[in-house]
Amino acid sequence: MKPAPFEYHAPDTLEEALELKAQHGDEGKALAGGQSLIPAMNFRVAQPTLLIDLNRIGELRYIRKNGVLHIGAMTQQSHAERDPLVAKHAPLLHEAIPNIAHPQIRNRGTIGGSLAHADPAAELPVVATALNTRFRAQSAKGDRWIEAKAFFAGLFTNSMQPDELLVGIAFPEMAERTGYAFVELARRHGDYAMAGLAALVTLNEEGTIKESRLVYLNVGDGPVDAVTACASLIGKKPGDAAFKEAAQIASQKDMEPFGNLHASADYQRHLSAVLTERALAKAYERVKAA
Amino acid sequence: MASKHPISVTINGKNFEHEVEPRLLLADYIRHDVELTGTHVGCEHGVCGACTILMDGKAVRSCIMLAVQADGHEITTVEGLAESEEKLHPIQQAFWEAHGLQCGFCTPGILMTLVPYLQENKTPSEQDVREAISGNLCRCTGYQHIVDATLLAAKTMQAAK
Repeated sequence: MKPAPFEYHAPDTLEEALELKAQHGDEGKALAGGQSLIPAMNFRVAQPTLLIDLNRIGELRYIRKNGVLHIGAMTQQSHAERDPLVAKHAPLLHEAIPNIAHPQIRNRGTIGGSLAHADPAAELPVVATALNTRFRAQSAKGDRWIEAKAFFAGLFTNSMQPDELLVGIAFPEMAERTGYAFVELARRHGDYAMAGLAALVTLNEEGTIKESRLVYLNVGDGPVDAVTACASLIGKKPGDAAFKEAAQIASQKDMEPFGNLHASADYQRHLSAVLTERALAKAYERVKAA
Repeated sequence: MASKHPISVTINGKNFEHEVEPRLLLADYIRHDVELTGTHVGCEHGVCGACTILMDGKAVRSCIMLAVQADGHEITTVEGLAESEEKLHPIQQAFWEAHGLQCGFCTPGILMTLVPYLQENKTPSEQDVREAISGNLCRCTGYQHIVDATLLAAKTMQAAK
């Protein structure tokens, strides 16, 4: 199918884009990479009356280390995938990006677009939640920072105001003695994953677990933060026994998967448990090696 | 009706200027306005890969891009690959020789995916190739001959240097 008619603006500067947002609010839909929005428009699931195309705004494409790692909202995923700063300062993000769809999609798809879209099955919201990423929302009146936890507000929903645009994302460094892993399982490489997670494990100096993060995709209405499972790991000696227990708690207590065409809710729980053990083992291997 | 926008696009080295409605998809613009029908439209939502083209040298899906977004950009379609009617691009030649297609519907998208891929990855393994074409669906061949053709193309392109 083809999109329904709409008015189209492609401002060259952020200032003009914010002016359009101030004028049109929710009516003015921001177009980033379009890899989710345009398919939805082709199906007419989405019928925006006015598109504000952000692709000509060069100032929203950057990757720089300025204290922490900052990525411009309109930075293409394929660009971030190859960037040495991302590999060095946000290795979890670097590991997750190749799992986003296919190279053709990542050539257009943007870091900010995927985060603002807040698809529970997507990789980036999970990574952002695990890393306590901060989001810079800007309007014609000013800007503010939003914590990852407050940014994701449910199914395909973020907490920005109608006149705001996501302009940049700040990725804090991981704490010392922290290992990371991103793992997911899809029926074919590039498909939406049936289950997957981002894992972080931080060790105390004597080698026990100081803290951990386990954040899951596609098992709730947003990134699912397995707080009960993570609490169970605190003070434990890292290893198969502790990881297995955490995997059981996470998959039974911390998540409420809906199930879908390819995987029932029970199967999603099972996969999530298996992947949790793998992710924790991989994260632990990495922190030991470092 | 939404207002039309003037666009100027370079396709296979030639400049085209048109007035387009914003909702016109790039794939439909290429096929209907520019009349280059080598770019195929399969699923129209970015899954099958048949509409893959190069924009500024990068493989992208032309069915989930608007024509108006191509304004000022350089596009290559499958028609832009062969040097002449007699001399195919080495990847096309390899697909011919290794029987990399049956009905041919998915072929333009696969070729356009592979052009930048083989520029960046000169000696891919079979597994690498399968991953590189994972975003392109073929309903005829079971992929084996496509993989063979791609490996053959990589070899002939290396030997030609």
